[in-house]
Amino acid sequence: MARITAGVGSSHVPLLGVAVDQGKWQDDYFGPIFKGYEWTREWEAREKPDVVILVYNDHASAFDANIIPTFAIGCGEHYKSADEGWGPRPVPDVEGHADLAWHIAQSLILDDFDMTIINEMDVDHGLTVPLSMMFGQPEKWPCKVVPLAVNVVTYPVPSGNRCWALGEAIARAVESFPEDLNVQIWGTGGMSHQLQGPRAGLLNREWDNRFLDMLEADNDDVRHIPHIEYLRETGSEGIEMVMWLIMRGALGRKVKRLNRHYHIPCSNTAIGHIVLAPE
Amino acid sequence: MNDKARQNIHEYLAEFEDIPGTRVYTAARARKGYWINQFAMSLMKPENRERFKADERAYLDEWKISEEAKEALLARDYNRLLDLGGNVYFLSKLFSSDGLPFAEAVSTMTDMTWPEYRQMMLDGGRSPQGNRSIKGGY
Repeated sequence: MARITAGVGSSHVPLLGVAVDQGKWQDDYFGPIFKGYEWTREWEAREKPDVVILVYNDHASAFDANIIPTFAIGCGEHYKSADEGWGPRPVPDVEGHADLAWHIAQSLILDDFDMTIINEMDVDHGLTVPLSMMFGQPEKWPCKVVPLAVNVVTYPVPSGNRCWALGEAIARAVESFPEDLNVQIWGTGGMSHQLQGPRAGLLNREWDNRFLDMLEADNDDVRHIPHIEYLRETGSEGIEMVMWLIMRGALGRKVKRLNRHYHIPCSNTAIGHIVLAPE
Repeated sequence: MNDKARQNIHEYLAEFEDIPGTRVYTAARARKGYWINQFAMSLMKPENRERFKADERAYLDEWKISEEAKEALLARDYNRLLDLGGNVYFLSKLFSSDGLPFAEAVSTMTDMTWPEYRQMMLDGGRSPQGNRSIKGGY
């Protein structure tokens, strides 16, 4: 039987991918960020997940303004790194787990989540940067990936409550997959950042850390934070943090925190990550 | 989910207009800026970037974009483009066509120079204090 053994929440700032690809991760600017991920990289190397369900958002790479799926699941065999205007990142292709992905897609639809199914797409920094942060620069990614893309760009984006419930449904779907698989779920994006308008550059260390505290708590209060609070407190792009709630919802009521790190700044963004295990 | 209090859509959308210096990318903006964003998206293809760079105005004239938006695009006036329904993830295709780092392009939307903006980020970013609500002033 497949089981979800851990959840990771992590920023996916594109500049971190640049730092990895250009070998700058030990310099004064990036050093403290990558040091914060050191424990997690070693832990992932020990854990060896078979599959990661990777919750992320597409940044106008695979999807244009035409089709805007709220929740989309990648059911393909493999995905290439997207060209985001600077050429594709020099990272390995991402291998899908089509059997598990189709199983999850079908289970979710029967569980009242009307998923969009994607067979072919390129994946952008939202998906490849977390892989680089957790696994470094291997010739081949050490696990298969089920991409789960969430619309967090065009409003209304899904509520935190709905994201949490989707996580719960994903956990049920994984548990009913007959193959014995070690599955992790990652929620990515955030933390506080605003990339547009005169208020650009807003960061909120206090709020971000309160959010991390809430993820560790033995309750589900965090699912009820309204969109307007993310927007006011964490900047217009801080809303990406609702994707962390899909991860958290999949872990059940009680969790144990294995690692947590927070750093300001990386480019326009506050960097954070947390590693949680279901209890 | 029937026990959940249903959000009033008008109140939900109205609150977005109360955030200082921010254009939330609502459905209304997405509709208004559809062709601005689709034009920007077209710059992901190298052959389109070449054509755009060779004659920006001629390339823009191929799109159903208003004259006002064409002028804003030519002037790289990103705040005006946000008002006209542009979205930063789409507009970023124009940043990279110009060879401009993302954060530097973002700084042009603030009242700071790029070195000043960079320094603000290194110093911990813009404080949320006084930047959360226009009406409330908190």
